[in-house]
Amino acid sequence: MNVVSIASQLIGGMGVSLEIFFLTLLFALPLGLLLSFGRMSRYGIVRTLAKIYISIMRGTPLMLQLMVVYFGPYYLFGVRIQSSYRFTAVIIGFALNYAAYFAEIFRSGIESMPEGQYEAAKVLGYSKGQTFFKIIFPQVIKRILPPVTNEIITLVKDTSLAFVIAVGEMFTSAKAIAAAQTTMMPFVIAGIFYYLMNLLVAILMEQIEKKLDYYR
Amino acid sequence: MNIFECNHCQKSFGDLAVLKDVSFQIKEGEVLAIIGPSGSGKSTLLRCATMLEKMDSGELIYAGEKAAWNDESGKAVYAPKNKLKQIRDYFGLVFQNFNLFPHYSVLKNIVDAPIHVQKRKKEEVYEEARSLLEKMGLSSKEKDYPCQLSGGQKQRVSIARALAMNPKILFFDEPTSALDPELTGEILSVLKELAAEHMTMVIVTHEMNFARNVADRIIFLESGQIVIEGTPEEVFCSDNERIQDFIGKF
Repeated sequence: MNVVSIASQLIGGMGVSLEIFFLTLLFALPLGLLLSFGRMSRYGIVRTLAKIYISIMRGTPLMLQLMVVYFGPYYLFGVRIQSSYRFTAVIIGFALNYAAYFAEIFRSGIESMPEGQYEAAKVLGYSKGQTFFKIIFPQVIKRILPPVTNEIITLVKDTSLAFVIAVGEMFTSAKAIAAAQTTMMPFVIAGIFYYLMNLLVAILMEQIEKKLDYYR
Repeated sequence: MNIFECNHCQKSFGDLAVLKDVSFQIKEGEVLAIIGPSGSGKSTLLRCATMLEKMDSGELIYAGEKAAWNDESGKAVYAPKNKLKQIRDYFGLVFQNFNLFPHYSVLKNIVDAPIHVQKRKKEEVYEEARSLLEKMGLSSKEKDYPCQLSGGQKQRVSIARALAMNPKILFFDEPTSALDPELTGEILSVLKELAAEHMTMVIVTHEMNFARNVADRIIFLESGQIVIEGTPEEVFCSDNERIQDFIGKF
């Protein structure tokens, strides 16, 4: 099996990796924002619940969380697991896990905003919603881009964890080919692919940072 | 008619009583300067008047409409949300450190609230904003962002932003304290111009000459109490030792 055919097989798996990547961002970012509101809530009980959730999600391995989401329904409720649930379980696990990290990033950004911005908005009569979405949030995005980039790069690599519940993403394919052909080549090529994806992420995020450079 | 009244305002932070029963009123077209040493409660008084800070007790009346009053137990209660929103429209506030929105251009800083809060017509608001910028000598800066401006220019933009809401009364919280003497002059001449146009203003300031020359009335505040209130002559020529001592330092 030559390099080209290995690569083309891996690209098949890469589609699944990309699906996991984009769906996770799609769900985890808004969920993270909501969670950060909970973490900063004026109600102690909400704050504590959010804190416990974040603590657990950050304190245990994502691999283990994926297994809990996938096998949990059977062991806890005796529900028979359909194989089509595999992919859904991966997305649920990733979104729940990444939301915790994003929540803390959002919180750091929101809490770093000077009080004066809220006061200026209040005196000008902006509603709470307007203040957040027009004045605060756009500035928060600029501030949190570097840590968000970090998290997104980690996510690209973490998609390989989906192999633990046998979702056929790129790393799963690489392992299968490597075992069948007794060669290390698939791992090398997979490594190059992950690296290229992250290079793209880094370049893209840098562009966005540059775009937001028009103000300080 | 009094356009604004602050009656028996009391405010403590924990055990520290910052304002001890302070009252002041202001008539339409009047310029009131509030002076006094640091920590005397000047800024807190202004923040209570503009409802950025809640009074413990006291009364706020804007153009005859009550924004806050005391209940039977003597604690301040505020008007319902909708009423406060309407009352906030009566006044503007210029901050010591500008608090411009850094992600908005100079022009957008000025037009955004009139358009999205007051729901006024865009064309009309833009026209007014541009004439305000011209008045502030900033016509060439409308597309700039706050970070590209000097401190004095930022403060002029923030004055324009407050004026664009067409307030009946404008509060200034040490508008020149973050500026060097040259830039301070820029802002003071803007304030003089506004005073000449009979804009009602309450200005917390350390600029004694300015207070003396421009204000119709001066309040000297110390330790959360009004020590003396009167015309500039009355205050500056007062034989109160504390005031002479304070003014003499400038």
